[in-house]
Amino acid sequence: MPLSARPPANGEPYVLAASLDNARHLSSLLRAVHFQDHATCFATANGLRVTVEDAKCIQANAFPQGGAPPPPPPPPSPGPGCCWRGSPSPALAAEIFQEFAVQEESVTFRINLSVLLDCLTIFGTSSLPGTSTALRMCYRGYGYPLMLFLEEGGVVTVCKINTQEPDELLDFDFCSTKVVNKIILQSEGLREAFAELDMTSEVLQITMSPDKPYFRLSTFGNAGSAHLDYPKDSDLMEAFHCNQTQTNRYKISLLKPSTKALALSCKVSIRTDAQGFLSLQYMIRNEDGQICFVEYYCCPDEDITEAEL
Amino acid sequence: MRFRAKIVDLACLNHFSRVINTIAKLAKTCTLRLTVSKLYFILSDKVANGGVSMWCELCQGNFFDEFQMEGVAAEHNEIYLELVPENLSRALKTAQNAKAVKIKLTNKHCPCLRVAVELPSLSSSSRIVTHDIPVGVIPRRLWNDFREPSVPDFDVSIYLPVLKTMKSVVERMKNLSNSIVIEANLSGEMNLKIETDLVSVTTHFKDLGNPPWASEDGCQSSAQGRDLENMAEARIDIKKLQQLLAGQQVNPTKALCNIVSKRIVHFILLHEDVSLQYFVPALA
Repeated sequence: MPLSARPPANGEPYVLAASLDNARHLSSLLRAVHFQDHATCFATANGLRVTVEDAKCIQANAFPQGGAPPPPPPPPSPGPGCCWRGSPSPALAAEIFQEFAVQEESVTFRINLSVLLDCLTIFGTSSLPGTSTALRMCYRGYGYPLMLFLEEGGVVTVCKINTQEPDELLDFDFCSTKVVNKIILQSEGLREAFAELDMTSEVLQITMSPDKPYFRLSTFGNAGSAHLDYPKDSDLMEAFHCNQTQTNRYKISLLKPSTKALALSCKVSIRTDAQGFLSLQYMIRNEDGQICFVEYYCCPDEDITEAEL
Repeated sequence: MRFRAKIVDLACLNHFSRVINTIAKLAKTCTLRLTVSKLYFILSDKVANGGVSMWCELCQGNFFDEFQMEGVAAEHNEIYLELVPENLSRALKTAQNAKAVKIKLTNKHCPCLRVAVELPSLSSSSRIVTHDIPVGVIPRRLWNDFREPSVPDFDVSIYLPVLKTMKSVVERMKNLSNSIVIEANLSGEMNLKIETDLVSVTTHFKDLGNPPWASEDGCQSSAQGRDLENMAEARIDIKKLQQLLAGQQVNPTKALCNIVSKRIVHFILLHEDVSLQYFVPALA
């Protein structure tokens, strides 16, 4: 009997069942990847990943449960210790759910993320001290809606959100062993820069180099070009491993949504591979001290050829 | 026809502004009825409003320090004016720290409510900001259109849940659907439901309590002898409900609704010196 047809071992009718004391932990994380209406949810016993894509060029993943793929082994370098060396320790793998059970090998469905967020925040987004919305999430399997049970102050809301066939997701094949340049920055250093990006520029150009300017963000807008440089010995720079000078351009409209993830995060790792594919990994600590990850992958803009500085 | 009134007390002024803000959220244009003792803001149920009607009643003595009114005639000592409440609301926004606000009916070029706001100033002479709000005088022959609506023969009467919670829920539901079903029973339970192709959401409120209505002859006949668990329900335009809740800036002393199954929902919001009734018809 194929796995999907086998009834779950413990008699529970749900292939995915999870509960969470504070639904806000999930809704704020999902907002960080909410730049399209639809998302694909992928759950295994190890965790949950929510993916949003656009234009076949950009993909964002939120990991409320389970970690992001382990970070790359560090290239040999005498740099100061980086807390992301090696696989994430169990403390770093997100576990925001108090209960998380998946009865099949994997569970995948596509869902309207805007609707999901409206349901998760049904009791409002502002938090009164001492009150939080408790969440129970259940999914019976292929063809069934996602059920949400939310409770706050004795009031219960039940939501049934229809699910769809999962999309085929892009595989950026961003292999950690092919990373050419990598830096880890404290997010506070980048937040203002991203919030104030010149949106009249079509691209965001990212330069990473073992030599000056080390790490540079550039835009080319109606009023002129703007460059923002981060020296490698800056206080904000937690790790700097650049082997090769690379300059890549990315469509700014695709990267702008990552500002939401940046706003929530405490640290961000920025990596590029030989083809100029960009990986942004955000470490987010919620109000209870739990840590989750959001990552963005972006292809370089093909219309523009690489420019040398 | 004469009307002049003055508010000096800041608390009364802020309270009055809040009432006008609430009315402005509910109606683009409405009727202001002035009598010797009361003010009424009335919206009668026309197709243009989506069939909703509103009746808001204030005792002038609770707000105004001076109030002089002479109606159209001795036997009809009332004035009916058509106005845009948003204009009045905007004029009162300038009065947040005012020393006094005077309102007067004038007819220089056309009938207006002149709102003169006296603001504090550092020098000895006051600053006065005057707003002329155009109004329409409603002739006596049309006054019958604006009679107080009667309480419908409801199936269920129930107290509303905490308005803040109800407002959050309805605001989110408004993103998901154009209509909402309100259902309630005589056991103090109320459900708000939306259902579309994409999603269905139901919020359950319990232990709300059902107001005791003094039995007038036949008034409660639908409600008496009713199975306590049986739900009365009506599907209404969600925007109308959201506007009502959004306009509530202060928690009312009493908030309840009467449901006539599949016909109409009658909301009653009572503050110390203001009563607001809002009638929302069920959608076909």
